[in-house]
Amino acid sequence: MRHILLALAVALGLAAPALAAPPDRTLRIGLREDPDTLDPTLTGSYVGRIVLAGMCDKLFDYDTKLDIVPQLATGYTYKDPTHLILHLRPGVLFQDGEKMDAQAVKYTLTRDLTMPRSLRKGQINDIQSIEVIDPLTVELVLKAPNSALLAQLAGRPGIMLAPKVAEKEGKDFGLHPVCAGPFRFVQRVPQQKIVLERFKRYWDAKAIHFDKVEYIPIVNSAITVDNLKAGTLDLAEYVVPTDVPLVKQDPKLRIAMDTSLAYNGITFNTGNGPAAKTAIGEHASLRRAFELGIDRTALIQVVYDGLYTPIAQANPPSSKFYIPSVVPPKRDIAAAKALIARSGVKTPIPVTLLVPNSPDLLQAAQVIQAMEQPAGFDVKIRAVEFASGMAAARSGDFQAYFIGWSGRADADGNMYSFLHSGYGFNYGHYDNPKVDALLDQAREAPTIAARKAVYAKIWTIVRQDMPGVYLWSPKNIVGLKKTLLGFRQVPDGIIRLQGMRFAK
Amino acid sequence: MQGPIGARLIQLLPTILLVSIIVFALQQLMPGDPAVLLAGDAAGDPHVVAQIRDQLLLNRPIWEQYLHWLFAALHGNLGYSWRLSSPVSALIAQKLPVTLQLSVMAFFFSVVIGVPAGVISAVKRGTAWDWLANAVGLFGLSIPTFWLGIVLILLVSVDLGWLPPSGYVPLAQDPLRSIATTLMPAFVLGNAIAAILMRHTRSAMLVALQQDYVRTARAKGLSERKVVLRHALRNALIPVVTLAGLQLGTLLSGAVLTEQVFDIPGIGKLVVDAVFNRDYPVIQGVVLVTGLLYVLINLATDVLYAVINPRLRGQ
Repeated sequence: MRHILLALAVALGLAAPALAAPPDRTLRIGLREDPDTLDPTLTGSYVGRIVLAGMCDKLFDYDTKLDIVPQLATGYTYKDPTHLILHLRPGVLFQDGEKMDAQAVKYTLTRDLTMPRSLRKGQINDIQSIEVIDPLTVELVLKAPNSALLAQLAGRPGIMLAPKVAEKEGKDFGLHPVCAGPFRFVQRVPQQKIVLERFKRYWDAKAIHFDKVEYIPIVNSAITVDNLKAGTLDLAEYVVPTDVPLVKQDPKLRIAMDTSLAYNGITFNTGNGPAAKTAIGEHASLRRAFELGIDRTALIQVVYDGLYTPIAQANPPSSKFYIPSVVPPKRDIAAAKALIARSGVKTPIPVTLLVPNSPDLLQAAQVIQAMEQPAGFDVKIRAVEFASGMAAARSGDFQAYFIGWSGRADADGNMYSFLHSGYGFNYGHYDNPKVDALLDQAREAPTIAARKAVYAKIWTIVRQDMPGVYLWSPKNIVGLKKTLLGFRQVPDGIIRLQGMRFAK
Repeated sequence: MQGPIGARLIQLLPTILLVSIIVFALQQLMPGDPAVLLAGDAAGDPHVVAQIRDQLLLNRPIWEQYLHWLFAALHGNLGYSWRLSSPVSALIAQKLPVTLQLSVMAFFFSVVIGVPAGVISAVKRGTAWDWLANAVGLFGLSIPTFWLGIVLILLVSVDLGWLPPSGYVPLAQDPLRSIATTLMPAFVLGNAIAAILMRHTRSAMLVALQQDYVRTARAKGLSERKVVLRHALRNALIPVVTLAGLQLGTLLSGAVLTEQVFDIPGIGKLVVDAVFNRDYPVIQGVVLVTGLLYVLINLATDVLYAVINPRLRGQ
C-alpha cells in the first residue's frame, strides 16, 4: 500500500508542472467532413471554406446581416458599370512576410482566371483585365456589368495568396498555403486534423485570442456530439437537429442556431433525355399538384424536429433577395386532385424519386411518398450513394431528384446555374428563354432592389413552370462549450475566429 | 526454403499487376464523374467540369489511362490525389503506420483472447469453462463491429471518461495517448477475430488431444500441462497460424468500419473517402500497397509453418 501511495505522490508531483502551465489556448473545431485541397483556387468543398476562413482573409466579407463589409480591401467604387476600383488596406502582410498590395491582388486574380483546373474562373470570368493603379489601388475592367462580382470577392475568389509562395509551389500550394489571415498553416494530416498557428503580424491581431486552431474532421454526427461532451472538441460546426437535445442536456455545452443560406428541394426532369418523357416531366400542372401534396411543416417536424424553415424559393428568408410574397402553399389534396383531373392523366401517377442515401433525406423521401399517395402519385424511392446520384442526375437518368445546396448570399449563386438553360446544376434541363433572359438581366441590374424586382418576375414564371419544389432551408446548428465566448453566427455558416475567446 | 520463397516472390508481380488491372477496370465502372465531384460547388459551370476532365485525362480511353498510371507507378510515382492535391505515396506513408498499429494491436487482442480460450475450451470440454468460452466466442462473432464500437464509446468515453472517444495520436508523438486512442478500436477489431481463432483452436485442439502421440506423451508420465502445451497445442497451432496470418491481412484491409466509427485516420478511412470522392489515384495506390502486404503476409505465414512444424522444413 505504501508503494502505491508513493507512486501516486510521484505521479502527482510529475503532473504538478502541467497543472501550473499556462492555459491551453488551442481551439478545436469539429468539421462534418474532411476538406478537399486547401488551395483557394482549386477547392470546391463547403468545409474547405471554413478552414480557409482561419487562414485567409478575403477582399470583402459578410457580416451577420449579410452586408458586404471590407476586409483586405477598405472599400470600392464603380467608375462606371464596367470599371470597379478596389482600395486596399495598408500595412497588411502575408504570413511569409510579403506585402499584400495591388500586385498581389493582380497576381491572385490572374491565377484564378488562368490556372488549369481553377474552380474560381467561372465566378470571376467577367473580369477582362486587372490594372494596378498604385500599391493600394486596383482597377478591375469588366467585359459586362456584373452585380454579383462584389459578392464573389467576398467569397473564395476574394482570398489573396502570397505571390512568391504561390508561384514557387504551383499546384502544390494547397499542401502549405500562405495567405493574409489570422492563423498560418502548420500541418495537415488528411482525415485527422489541420493545425493552424497564430500569425502574430496579422493586421487585425487584437481580434485574435487563440494560439492554435485545430480542425478535426468527424464524419459520424453521433461521434461529433460524443467529442463535444467529452471535451475533446470546443466547437462543432454542425450538429444534426436530432442531436440538439443531447447537446442542450449537457450543462457545459450550448447550441447556437441561426438561419442558413442553404436549401433542399426536389428537381424534376423536364427535358434531360428520354426519362423526361413522363407525365410529371411533361405536365407543369402535375408538378404543381405534386407540390400541393406536400405538407412542408409536417415533413420538417418529423425529420428535423421542426427546426428547419419551409421555403418555396432558392433564396431563404435570411437572404437579401428573399421575396416575401413567394411562400410555400399549404397542403391541399383537393386542389392537387383537381389539377390532376384537369390534366387528364390517369392516377396513380408513377414518380421515381432519386435520393442520396443519407438517413435524413431517405426519411424525408418516405414522408413525401406517404403524403403524395392520397393526391394520386405513386412515389417510388431510388436511394443511391451521393456521387452515383449526381451522375444519374447529370445524365438524365431520373424523374425527380432530391437536391441540396449550401447556398450563397448573392441570389445569382443560388439561381443562375440551377435555372438557366445549359448550366450544370440544371439537372432536369429546364429551359425557358424568358427565365434565361431575366437571369442575365439580374446580373446587370445595378442595385439590390432592382435585382430583386427581376428575381420576383423569375419566381412568378418558375412557380408556374415548377421545374422543382423548394422544400426547406436548414439551420446552421453549432454546438459549442459555454466557456467559448464571442462566437458570431453568419448565415453562410463559416466560422470566423475574430473576436472568439475562452472565458478566463 | 529459398526455392519456394523465391517462387512465391516471382508470383507476386503478376498477382499485383492483375489486381491493379481489375481495380482500374472496376473503378471505371463506378457511376459518378470524378470531375463533377472535384468541381464541387463550381460544377454548375460546364466549362469548369470539361477543363478538369481534360486535365485528369478522363477523356482518354481506359487502357491509355491505365498505361499512364502503370508507367508512373513503375517509376515509383503513384500519382497525386485529385481531391487533396497530395502525392498518393505520401498519403499512404502517412496512413499505413496508423492501420498497422491498429491491426497489430487488434491481432494481439485476438491471439491473447482467442488462442487460450480455444485451448481451455478444448481441454475442459463439456464443462462450464467450455460453455463460457463458446458463449464469448458466439458473442464476438455475432456482434456488429460498428455497434460494439459506439456502445464502447458511450460507456468508456462519454460516461466513464477513461479513454478518448475518437481520433488518433501518432505513436512517436505520445506513446501513451497513442495507445489510449487505439485501445478501444483495436479491441473492437480484434474481438471478432478472437472468436474465429477461439473456435479454430478449439477444433484443432480437440483433434490433437485424441492423437496417438498425445496418448504416448501421457503414458510417458508427462504432466498434463506439458502434454497440452508442448505436444497438442504445437500441432494444433498449424491451421490456426494459417488462419491467423490470413486474418492479419484481413485486419489490414478490413479495419475500414472500425476506422470510420473511431475516426482513426488509417488506410481504410483513406480508401473509403477515396471511393466516395472517386479519387482514382488514391484507390489504385492503396489497393496496390494492400495487395502487396497481403501477399507478403501469406508468405510470412508459410515461413512460420516451418518454424512451428519442423516436418514442413524443406518442403
